[in-house]
Amino acid sequence: MKPIGKHSLLGASGEISDFQEILRYLNELILYDNMWDDGNSLGPKEVHNYLTRVMYNRRNKFNPLWNSLVLGGVKNGNKYLGTVSMIGVTFEDNHVATRFGNHLARPILRQEWHENLSFEDGVKLLEKCMRVLLYRDRSAVNKLQIAKITEEGVTIHQPYSLKTYWEISTFENPAQGAIGSW
Amino acid sequence: MFRNQYDTDVTTWSPAGRLFQVEYAMEAVKQGSAAIGLRSKTHVVLGCVNKANSELSSHQKKIFKVDDHIGVAIAGLTADGRVLSRYMRNECINYNFTYESPLPVGRLVVQLADKAQVCTQRSWKRPYGVGLLVAGLDESGAHLYYNCPSGNYFEYQAFAIGSRSQAAKTYLERRFENFADSSRDDLVKDALMAIRETLQGETLKSSICTVAVVGVGEPFHILDQETVQQMINAFEIVGEQEAPAAEPDAAAGQEAAAEQGGSTDEGVAPMDI
Repeated sequence: MKPIGKHSLLGASGEISDFQEILRYLNELILYDNMWDDGNSLGPKEVHNYLTRVMYNRRNKFNPLWNSLVLGGVKNGNKYLGTVSMIGVTFEDNHVATRFGNHLARPILRQEWHENLSFEDGVKLLEKCMRVLLYRDRSAVNKLQIAKITEEGVTIHQPYSLKTYWEISTFENPAQGAIGSW
Repeated sequence: MFRNQYDTDVTTWSPAGRLFQVEYAMEAVKQGSAAIGLRSKTHVVLGCVNKANSELSSHQKKIFKVDDHIGVAIAGLTADGRVLSRYMRNECINYNFTYESPLPVGRLVVQLADKAQVCTQRSWKRPYGVGLLVAGLDESGAHLYYNCPSGNYFEYQAFAIGSRSQAAKTYLERRFENFADSSRDDLVKDALMAIRETLQGETLKSSICTVAVVGVGEPFHILDQETVQQMINAFEIVGEQEAPAAEPDAAAGQEAAAEQGGSTDEGVAPMDI
């Protein structure tokens, strides 16, 4: 996850090297935006649309950037959250996710999200989703990072891990039923 | 200005440090028929005097919509103005496509100015012979800019360009301090009064002027003749003190398409207005 300009935060999953490439593009974009030095700045909506154009055009050339991107931000009191996939599918919503999160986390969010979540409640909700993902997504690791964007700016917290419970009887002696197997 | 040996090329400096071709281009702007612009905190109004080649022809289009939030009024070589409007429209559309968001006026104006500057530094080009009053809205409020053939641009509270614009400027100078908090209708009224100043005695009718407005919640659009005529009637009946002795508005209902162009200018450059 990286802050972009003054108003946005970008998170990505997938190919990290492609994400780094995207960060280079965005760096240049924000640099030129700042060079105008005129009181106007690119907000999350503009950055999201720029990314959509980039991802879609790469997909059209059969050379995609292998990432799913999540972009959030606040500008002039307007909150924005959007996502772009590696083939350029794009939309905005109150909650978005990448990869397995779309299947495991979003149903939880659809049930439990509401307009007036406080920051702490939001974090708890996200931790609930991440725990489910940790248990069920084979590519998950027990480490997560929370980032917060408000009008004042971006704060990215330190990574931490979730408490999990693995003392299920089937896990105690996994090779019991098939000795010599994995 | 008199002819001299340094004015053949745009790329030749005079010993006094002047580029005469650029200054001559600015003269072309002064020959065009008047265009004025004024702004408040939330609205910008553009107005221009319609000029027709003859009684038989239609008048030149001098106000162009560039985007929902930007419009431009031109004075000088209308053809150059049309080309620059097309450039501006293109830039706005491209920006909107990439960023889903309106192009800030300030940036468009700088791009225009840089384009004009290029023509002052190439031996195979000539400067654009048109002055542009760019009116637009962005995050920081309402803006009015003037783009000069020299590549300079300035931001204004109110401005007038073209022939007999000095009269309008004098009127605007007297009143500009009140513009920032003016209502939209007062602003349009002031624009019409300023246009009237440039007509010097000719009756102000909706057929000889064009007015356009852009504001918060109001996309750029040109007011139709009827609305303009109603506003003219409204303030002429009230009888403002500052107005010079204008003839009573006899042709109140007559806003037909027929050109009642009245007196034409002497000494109008043949390359149009």
